[in-house]
Amino acid sequence: MFSDKDSGSEIAGSHPTRRSFLDYLLGTSAVATFAAIVYPIFRFMQPPQIVESGENSVVAAKLSEIPANAGKIFKFGNKPGILVHTAGGEFKAFSAVCTHLECIVQYRPETKQIWCACHNGQYNLSGQNIGGPPPRPLEEFKVNTRGDDVVVTRS
Amino acid sequence: MQSIKDWADDRLAISSLAKLVKKKEVPIHRHAIWYYFGGMTLFLFTVQVVTGILLLLYYRPSSENAFESVQFIMTEVKFGWLIRSIHSWSANLMIATLFVHMFSVFFLRAYYPPREITWVSGVVLLFIVICFGFSGYLLPWNKLAFFATKVGTEIAGVVPVVGHPILRFLRGGDDVTGATLTRFYGFHVAVLPATATVFIGLHVMLVQLHGMSVPPSLSGQPVKKMKFVPNFLLRDLIGWILAIGVLAALAALFPWELGEKADAFAPAPEGIKPEWYFLFMFQTLKLLPAKIWKFDGEVLGILAFNAVALLLFVVPFVDRSSENHRRWMVFNLLGVVALLYIVVMTIVGYVT
Amino acid sequence: MTWFRPSWSNRRGTLPRLLFLLIAVLALFTVAEAQKKSSCIECHRRLDDPRLSTPAKLFANDIHGSRGLSCNDCHGGDPNDDSKEGAKDPRKGYLGKPKKLDIPAYCGKCHSDANLMKRFNPSLRVDQEREYYTSVHGKLLKAGEERVATCISCHSVHGIRAVNDPLSTVYPLNVAQTCAGCHANADLMRSFGIPTDQFEKYKSSVHAQALNQKQDLSAPTCNDCHGNHGATPPGIASVANVCGQCHARQAELFQTSPHKAAFDQKQLAECVTCHSNHAIAKPSDQLIGTEQGALCTECHHTGDKGFIAAGVMRSRINDLIASIDKSTSILNRAERAGMEVSKPKFELKNATDALTHARVMIHSSSPGEVEKIIGPGLEVSSKGYQAGLDALAERRFRRAGLAVSLVFILFLALLVYFKIRQIESRQSATE
Repeated sequence: MFSDKDSGSEIAGSHPTRRSFLDYLLGTSAVATFAAIVYPIFRFMQPPQIVESGENSVVAAKLSEIPANAGKIFKFGNKPGILVHTAGGEFKAFSAVCTHLECIVQYRPETKQIWCACHNGQYNLSGQNIGGPPPRPLEEFKVNTRGDDVVVTRS
Repeated sequence: MQSIKDWADDRLAISSLAKLVKKKEVPIHRHAIWYYFGGMTLFLFTVQVVTGILLLLYYRPSSENAFESVQFIMTEVKFGWLIRSIHSWSANLMIATLFVHMFSVFFLRAYYPPREITWVSGVVLLFIVICFGFSGYLLPWNKLAFFATKVGTEIAGVVPVVGHPILRFLRGGDDVTGATLTRFYGFHVAVLPATATVFIGLHVMLVQLHGMSVPPSLSGQPVKKMKFVPNFLLRDLIGWILAIGVLAALAALFPWELGEKADAFAPAPEGIKPEWYFLFMFQTLKLLPAKIWKFDGEVLGILAFNAVALLLFVVPFVDRSSENHRRWMVFNLLGVVALLYIVVMTIVGYVT
Repeated sequence: MTWFRPSWSNRRGTLPRLLFLLIAVLALFTVAEAQKKSSCIECHRRLDDPRLSTPAKLFANDIHGSRGLSCNDCHGGDPNDDSKEGAKDPRKGYLGKPKKLDIPAYCGKCHSDANLMKRFNPSLRVDQEREYYTSVHGKLLKAGEERVATCISCHSVHGIRAVNDPLSTVYPLNVAQTCAGCHANADLMRSFGIPTDQFEKYKSSVHAQALNQKQDLSAPTCNDCHGNHGATPPGIASVANVCGQCHARQAELFQTSPHKAAFDQKQLAECVTCHSNHAIAKPSDQLIGTEQGALCTECHHTGDKGFIAAGVMRSRINDLIASIDKSTSILNRAERAGMEVSKPKFELKNATDALTHARVMIHSSSPGEVEKIIGPGLEVSSKGYQAGLDALAERRFRRAGLAVSLVFILFLALLVYFKIRQIESRQSATE
């Protein structure tokens, strides 16, 4: 009954046909679904807050955060690290996992040494085990400053 | 609108292409449902390409960083969990639809002349996709992946004469290390996609060239035809839209796990199994006796699988017409046996 | 007959070359022999009586032997004389076997002489003999008691190995066994009134476990607490100093706590009173508090300051444990539900660290100090709990998002279906 020529153009003016309503719904639905697919893709491509997975390099602290002759524990990948601002003004960083029984070490300003509270292990500022039970030195990391950031990198 | 079309047509010959596409027809009969699976496989492959490219933006292919970068994608990147889980699930769904497509083409004899090369290119694509699966599986660098790769490449190395060189080629050395990871990454994102593009192009072009085949049981009879555009394509589209829904559901309800970071020195986890699409071969090797006559059981098993793989290529050159009734029954039997073997062995592999 | 002649041989140079080689080899032998010429060992080695031959045979492994010393360096005599009378001539300094009471001086002949020891090992101490006489063993020996340990009782004799040689009787892993040789002998110890259960008790301790199972050579054995040459049990008012060699923090806290004065006054042994001396087990939280099994109630009674403090400290530790358990279990739940929570789990370790720290801090007997640690620990733990809640909420959000998107997807699929119907009805109408 209908021919191609009759489709829609004469009837459209009077009231919306089922065909164009369906087309309208289909069109908007398709656009919505397309948007729902493109939106996550678009958000995915925007870099997140934490920019890197950070296993090899991390900003351990801000320069202003640690005074001289003080230390700070920071997260380095899945393990803790210790950043020491020596009395002489140098920054040194080591693994904070004690080589004896894996307690977390700390910096002692009075003795200017790294100390493990668990069994009184002592390390000097080169990471070497100089007293108590620890059998091995602490792994040392590289420290660089970038503006106000103190960056620690695995060596 | 019309002037844009004319402009494009003068430069890209779009209207002649459109005319060809408009001519394409799909036979409609009781086996027509199987026609959807080729396109579904292609759709899922496209999903893989898109999600794969997105993952590329954050993934790092070194043994120190790979696991952490996937963890980063799953936790820090917005919708990272969605893209990654879709990529992993779609890989599995694609291999499933690929098997359905292959078996349906087999049983419906869509490889009869003149479609032999289409079949051959399809078998090549089967192996390419399996390589995609094997190489991609290692990339998250977790314990399961590490050992699956170790065992898998070990099996490849068992083949006499060429086995060890193949093992070294795959592993980038004698052991599975960061070198293996980098190499597999290269295969997965460059070598295999390039090869797949060529063979998919060939495969799809040949299908258009020869048109859709009609099963021999219906040959000679008049068959209804449906226009590809828009009728069949819209039906295809429903399937693809539903596939998107299934993928979204799988990603949200069964997110793909991260596992534990690979440790080359830790022992293999108990009861380790490969992914389901390798399980039937793995189970077969487990069941073979250590020695068959004078030969090592495992080696014989692997050579047998390689032989079957080669035989796949020659199927359309041996079985060329439905006139030989005995050959028809033999091939049907072979297909059913193969299908049953795969299904049963996969179930056994899971249950034991 | 052809005789192969190497290319370097020529008629003129061969003989001198061979002669030189022969002389060199002989010289080496004589030099070696010259260092080791010891008629004592040569003779004693061949004797039948094991009492006489064993020392000579053992000496091959002795550290003194490896330094070029021999029998005469301790026993005197002439090692170059092959006759028994000549070698064991008192005029040539032969001393024979020393009497038990003389053994420390015998060894001290060299080991207390700094100038002599410098030639062999400058870092070795030279006050062992003097220290020995401050020990219980030394004091008893001086008073004439022969049934005590002397140098050779612990270090063995004739086959003495260096302390860092794993086969030495005084290698850290072997010390307890060596001491137990006498101290676990009930008959021997009865007359001294010393108990003999120390070795058994020590073997059950956490220190013995660290030493024997984990091969942690820094773990204490008998000599680390009792001294080796000056072996004496530490006085009850000084035990904390001994334990404090490693457990510095706990000792420090104890010394500044009210317990120090109270223990001294009541003549209670520091550390040992709660932790025992030999059978030191891994401490459990049960030791502190006011419940059954707690040690505090042995002295403290309901209502007194100590009783209250003990109760508070224990209950706060329990609070932290409960909080950590709650956080761990919700994070595990989130993980099982498929959420990625490895980072919050890692952060939670800080709370476990605080727990360890709190358990050390109780040695101050100050609930205030303990609270300074428990407080931050609880905060970390509750952050972990919150992370768990967030993860589960994110999961719910994803499922809700999924439900909504599925509705739209299905709706779209349905619309396409209707479109197909529409197109096909139009197509069939035009046919």
